Amino acid sequence: MDYVIEMLDVSKKFGNFYANDRITLQLEKGEIHALLGENGAGKSTLMNVLFGLYQPDGGEIRVRGEKVAITDPNVANDLGIGMVHQHFMLVENLTVTENIILGSEPTKSGMLNIKDSAKKVAEISKAYGLDVDPHAKIEDISVGMQQRVEILKTLYRGADILIFDEPTASLTPQEIEELLNIMRKLVAEGKSIIIITHKLQEIMSVSNKVTVIRKGKGIGTVITAETNPEELATLMVGRQVTFKTEKGPSNPTEEVLKVEDLVVNDYRGVAKLKGLNLSVRRGEIVGIAGIDGNGQSELIEAITGLTKVKSGKVLINSVDVTNKKPRKITETGIGHIPQDRHKHGLILDFSVGYNAALQSYYHEPFSKKGIMNYKEVNEKAKSLIEEFDVRTQGVDELARALSGGNQQKLIIGREILRNPDLLIAALPTRGLDVGAIEFIHRRLIEQRDSGKAVLLITFELDEVMNVSDRISVIYDGTIVGTVTPQETNEQALGLMMAGHSKDAVSKEQIAARKDGDEHHVE
Amino acid sequence: MNIMSNKMINILVPVISIILGLLVGAVVMLISDYNPVTGYIALWNGIFGDSYVIGETIRQISPYILAGLAVAFAFRTGLFNIGVEGQLIVGWFAAAYVGMAFELPKIIHLPLALLAAAVAGALWGLIPGILKATLKVHEVIVTIMMNYIALHVVNALIKTISGGGFKTDRIHETASLRSEFLSNLTDYSTLHYGIFVALAMVVVMWFILEKTKSGYELKSVGFNENASQYAGMNVNKNIILAMVISGAFAGLGGAMEALGTFGNMSSMGGFTGIGFDGIAVALLGANTPLGVIFGATLFGSLKYGANNMPNAAGIPVEIVSIIIALVIFFVACGYIIRVGLIRLRNKKEAK
Repeated sequence: MDYVIEMLDVSKKFGNFYANDRITLQLEKGEIHALLGENGAGKSTLMNVLFGLYQPDGGEIRVRGEKVAITDPNVANDLGIGMVHQHFMLVENLTVTENIILGSEPTKSGMLNIKDSAKKVAEISKAYGLDVDPHAKIEDISVGMQQRVEILKTLYRGADILIFDEPTASLTPQEIEELLNIMRKLVAEGKSIIIITHKLQEIMSVSNKVTVIRKGKGIGTVITAETNPEELATLMVGRQVTFKTEKGPSNPTEEVLKVEDLVVNDYRGVAKLKGLNLSVRRGEIVGIAGIDGNGQSELIEAITGLTKVKSGKVLINSVDVTNKKPRKITETGIGHIPQDRHKHGLILDFSVGYNAALQSYYHEPFSKKGIMNYKEVNEKAKSLIEEFDVRTQGVDELARALSGGNQQKLIIGREILRNPDLLIAALPTRGLDVGAIEFIHRRLIEQRDSGKAVLLITFELDEVMNVSDRISVIYDGTIVGTVTPQETNEQALGLMMAGHSKDAVSKEQIAARKDGDEHHVE
Repeated sequence: MNIMSNKMINILVPVISIILGLLVGAVVMLISDYNPVTGYIALWNGIFGDSYVIGETIRQISPYILAGLAVAFAFRTGLFNIGVEGQLIVGWFAAAYVGMAFELPKIIHLPLALLAAAVAGALWGLIPGILKATLKVHEVIVTIMMNYIALHVVNALIKTISGGGFKTDRIHETASLRSEFLSNLTDYSTLHYGIFVALAMVVVMWFILEKTKSGYELKSVGFNENASQYAGMNVNKNIILAMVISGAFAGLGGAMEALGTFGNMSSMGGFTGIGFDGIAVALLGANTPLGVIFGATLFGSLKYGANNMPNAAGIPVEIVSIIIALVIFFVACGYIIRVGLIRLRNKKEAK
């Protein structure tokens, strides 16, 4: 067998904790090899060992059959290994070409020679169908494009083994499809790829083989064609996982949230919401589907009082809360799971206990006459940890030290235990693995079943289809249509997200069905 | 088995840092042809030599504690208060003025003078706090400028109230922190009750941060303004409050000088330096209340004890300043020593 990379029984420990315990991964030339595991299973550690960022404590690494010691990333580069990081490492106000040559700038008699580099960048871009403008500034191009610049960077430096670390985490569905095509093209041209992910759909669609790791141990390698998402999920989590979230029919009653003709401007005075209308009732989950940047953030911030409303109204339980103070609105009965848990959801340098009290610290029994009662705070946190299965060493551990999934469980627990009439969940499962996603979806549905209203904002089509009772599609600051998951499909939603009206889409759907059912997936 | 526990490392780090600083200081003395042994004996005697110098050393530590608390408190709430110097100067003046201008029974007069100092410092912190909260003007710029304003405004005020003179009248005995008891105990040093005020403020800072609701909010805003706003806290109010409390600590530092050490205020050609040293005191103490005591003790002792080096060992003031700076430099580099110790431990464990 012709392996370009062999990691044999590689171990890496931090203190007494084995992040990688004798893991074996063999990458064939020209294949896409997925590395699958839950958050914190040790995927990134393993790849950082391969890329020279960590030194292994055991096992050996062979590149093209030869045993090597990858002491730092430069050695990895020289061996033709390139890494596309999850968080891009690009200088925002430089051009694509400038970013690519950064660190190895070619000079001609002492002067920067950017012309030849730009030409070379354009050539590589064309060869792999990347379609990147070498002269565009990074700040002006989309996230998907920026990722292609990262890919170009590795190719420009001569990589023929590419590692992708969670490449689809911040992409829209369309961008994900394009990325997968680029990967197929790369391997067709003889490159080899390792993709770190916990998204099973992508693995099934693009990879040749899957190596699964769980809690630092290698579970095994399977051939993608011989497996299915259910089996992979079971391998990854170590137990059966349900995909299709189980839920009964919804039973909506009175209206909790009513948004009327809402107009919100950003700081430059540009309208981000242009007369948006929305309604969420008790006992239902309303999903807001849409591509990032169509007004989702502004909608949440307007409802929760974090941004000024220019005109229109927000009513909670028929009480007008438009432009009220955030705390006042929160007290009206809103729980909010913010989309950016690090920036908005948690104080990372506070302990788990302190964070659990972030929305209730000013109430008795947590504080009385200005004096905190941290004993009560920590007691409450302990029951939250228990009830929401937050894996932590204890209430005194810093929130920073928790994995993403556990941070999210902490936030969700905090918001749900306040017993809000309306729960706003913005991208609640972003970056989480299937186990955690399942848990969070179940909690949202429990809220609904106990007669609460849930507003779910997500960029994931399958999430919005699986969890919502009604789906309102947001485009350019307005709701272009509201549908039920039963009467629509991902194609139709995708079209509406691109700005087509509900009626136009249903006409196209009918036409498409007449053409034969090829548009209908799943 | 743990050869070196973390606790032991915590104690070892400052000790090794000070020893290293002293060693390099010794080299400096050797190069400049002075005897390091006599030099350090003079330093030692200058700090601990007899009860008189011990009294003076403790007296010197008090304003350092308060300046350190002021900086540390601001740091803990996400602000960089470089204006401690100016807040201390206005506090000094306010205490000196209240001390001389009123005649009241001690039980009212002394607390009133202390309160005046705290309020003056708080007001001096309020201005940068408001500018930061409402107009997003960086507090570093404003506080630096407020230092100059404090210096010259106070000089002008001294001139005005003393009728063209260069110092204020002495405060009345009823406003004084001076203590015959402490003075007698330490061979007639100028040690005064201020050290108890400073230590009480250490407890106050700890209490505010660790026990009160405000402390929870202040720290929260300091760590993450966005999440605090999402949690419904009034971010602007907390920024202003943090600067006010920080300024009050600094103002009390000024009261130490007005009501304890000097008993008046003379117009100044330049800054006292205590406020700026407070930044180092706070950082040496990792911005914790207890750590500030440690930092202030180190600073106060070295500053006061060093006075003895020129007299007793004939070492010029300039060399002395270098040696003091070296010791502080090495203490500040404690991180490197810590990493070294941990490596050493891991190596031993591996064997």
